Amino acid sequence: MLKGIKIRATMALVVCLLGLFYLTPSLTPDLPDVWKKYLPMEKIHLGLDLQGGTHLVLEVDTEKALENATERLSNEVKETLMNNKVRFIYLEGAKKTGVISFELPDSASKGAFEKVIKDNYTDLETVSSETRGGREVVALKIKNKRAEDIKKMVIEQSLETIRNRVDQFGITEPEIIPERNDRIVIQLPGIKDTERAKNLIGKTALLEFKLVDEENSIDNALKGNVPQGDEIAYENRLDRQSGRRTNIPILLKSRALLIGGDLESAQVKISDRFGEPYVAIKFNAQGAKVFDRITGENVKKRLAIILDGSVYSAPVIQERISGGEAQITGSFTMDEAKDLAIVLRAGALPAPVNILEERTVGPSLGQDSIDKGIWSAILGGILVGVFMVVYYRLSGIVANIALIMNISIILGALAAFKATLTLPGIAGIVLIIGMSVDANVLIFERIREELRAGKTPRASIETGYAKAFMTIFDTNVNALIASLFLFGFGTGPVKGFAVTLSIGIISSLFTAVFVTRIIFDYFIWYRKIESVSV
Amino acid sequence: MELVKPGININFVGRLKYAVIFSVVLTIICLISIAWRGLNYGIDFAGGTLVQVKFHKAVSADDIRKVLIQIGIDDSVIQPFGTDEVIIRTAKSSSEIKGLSAKIEESLNAAYGKDAFQVQRVEVVGPKVGKDLTQKAILAVIFSWIGMLIYIAIRFEFRHAVGGIVGVIHDVTIVVGIFSIFAIEFTLTIVAALLTIIGYSIHDTIVVFDRVRENVRKNTKKDLPTVMNESINQTLSRTILTSFTVAIVVAILFIFGGAVIHDFAFALLVGVIFGTYSSVFIAAPVVLAWERYSPSTLRRRK
Repeated sequence: MLKGIKIRATMALVVCLLGLFYLTPSLTPDLPDVWKKYLPMEKIHLGLDLQGGTHLVLEVDTEKALENATERLSNEVKETLMNNKVRFIYLEGAKKTGVISFELPDSASKGAFEKVIKDNYTDLETVSSETRGGREVVALKIKNKRAEDIKKMVIEQSLETIRNRVDQFGITEPEIIPERNDRIVIQLPGIKDTERAKNLIGKTALLEFKLVDEENSIDNALKGNVPQGDEIAYENRLDRQSGRRTNIPILLKSRALLIGGDLESAQVKISDRFGEPYVAIKFNAQGAKVFDRITGENVKKRLAIILDGSVYSAPVIQERISGGEAQITGSFTMDEAKDLAIVLRAGALPAPVNILEERTVGPSLGQDSIDKGIWSAILGGILVGVFMVVYYRLSGIVANIALIMNISIILGALAAFKATLTLPGIAGIVLIIGMSVDANVLIFERIREELRAGKTPRASIETGYAKAFMTIFDTNVNALIASLFLFGFGTGPVKGFAVTLSIGIISSLFTAVFVTRIIFDYFIWYRKIESVSV
Repeated sequence: MELVKPGININFVGRLKYAVIFSVVLTIICLISIAWRGLNYGIDFAGGTLVQVKFHKAVSADDIRKVLIQIGIDDSVIQPFGTDEVIIRTAKSSSEIKGLSAKIEESLNAAYGKDAFQVQRVEVVGPKVGKDLTQKAILAVIFSWIGMLIYIAIRFEFRHAVGGIVGVIHDVTIVVGIFSIFAIEFTLTIVAALLTIIGYSIHDTIVVFDRVRENVRKNTKKDLPTVMNESINQTLSRTILTSFTVAIVVAILFIFGGAVIHDFAFALLVGVIFGTYSSVFIAAPVVLAWERYSPSTLRRRK
């Protein structure tokens, strides 16, 4: 029987030491080198509500991405049809709904049309096909399966792009994870300038080059007579003297000559003349070739550089530019220029994103929460401990030993599993302090009952544990069920609460039942005590 | 030390009807308040913007409100938080006004100067997320009930499971009702507190039922109300002790935990009190009432 105790005691000791080993790095930063080499170094990871930082939830507008894909495809289809000499009329109106409609003059063209689609565009399927007054009208759309793939790809690309941007912005240990189908959760610990980070992450950063329409008057267009194939865009200009920003309308030709996916690099430079920052971009070989051609074809015309729909500058092309280099000037601050360079390097988002949720906690509030949380935990622990000793005397001390072990195991497990400790998590530990003594209360009350019934200490302890165990097991399983649902439901801090609660429930089952039993058994078997102090 | 003398025999079961009347009245009051006044939903559920600001000098709420009206926020709620902080809330979120939180900061900057205050916390929740979270919260609570219902039904009998769940629904209704009556902000962490209360209340109920199960098997001749009463009395010492220790630590959280966790601790405190009460006074009568209509098969087993 003694052997049994030794094995159990060793087990308890190992678990407890393991907890302490994992906990130590969180307690002190200066550990001996030997420790750093061979023993765990993970610290307890603090949630954003404790260490300060920003939590963002983005929604990727996948519908918009699908719309764009449909539009691109419709342009390709038109071109292919022309190349194949099929006569058709493209029906503009249906574009928005994700459907591409064509009108074909006769059934022969329809046959040719269907052949072209079948041979070249396996992703498209026919939605409707009807004859209207001798003319054939065919509507096409992207197949559902393909549409799902496009959406999935858009999310993946967005994740990749946002990761790149955040990395280049230089935030340590950011967390960027997809959630549900179309959302991205971003955690930026310790960040100070949230607004800047939001701009950086949320910018679509679609760079386009379009010609300025100099033949038609902008004033006329502003009155509502926008010439066909044109659009109005605005240039945001900063007046250096007054510091005021003004929006100047510019009439552009809608067709983008070049879209900035083909960049090799983007860097912030300082202009010689005014000492203002600007962004120097360099196209890759393909982009450079296109840029060379369009600048060659449009010398002396104005080329507008547009980012996310607003014009940054619209310089006159002085000569053909063949090196593939260009500058984006505008009235930037240094930070703005840096961020612009980052988003251009990281690439455009394949679809616009919306910020659905933002939570920022300042570092001082976080520290305040930690202090108050720890203070409450210590105070609660002491009060409960004193109460247990007063009520159960020596057995109370046994329960307190279990309690202390329990807390160190919980904290150690948090560090070991790389779980996150949040403010509700600290509250969870405080709650566990209160609840974990319940198991001991159940056991001790049973032992008292058995003693009262006149049993020997040894028999009382054995039956006490045996009878209380089923109750303790049932109650703990139930508590676990509650905290598992909490985990499934929760975000951030609430999840942290669920994690600490779950770990605490399991660990208190171990310490309050298994560990205390070892101590009792030791005294009963080894010291052969005559009475139990309970 | 002993708080409850051994061999104590308080007639709980005989007084259950008063408890049931009390609970029914309280629950109805709570339900009326929830239906009538509704809940003071925090931005987690309602959507909107919250900015917590620490001022280094005293600033009146009216003053801040005036500053905010200038940037188009006409529905701001400003409440003191802790000692020298205020919480500014508006139902507007960034989707309506771009960079809303930054604008609030800017306008405070212009009005009070940069060094006069410090922004401690910013939360912006769009309406879409609020809707999602509401749905998720309700599902989490309901599924946790179902999960426990199944577990207790397997370990005990279905009637015990129903008794336990009725008790839990009673506790949750009262806590939510009290939040409604006093118009305390109902946030995500309060839902976490509710789930904890659910766990705790069932925990307590199981301890009592467990003893009932044991005693029923031990003496098959006694009728269930007597056995139930004995069991409640036998576990009374433990019930009081555990609720007491849990109440102590939760009260400490409530008093010393800081403003952020204040309401959370309050919900737990109310929940612990009613969770303990309901396991004796609500779960038991349900099982007893059931017994009257169809006696348990458990009793015939030896």
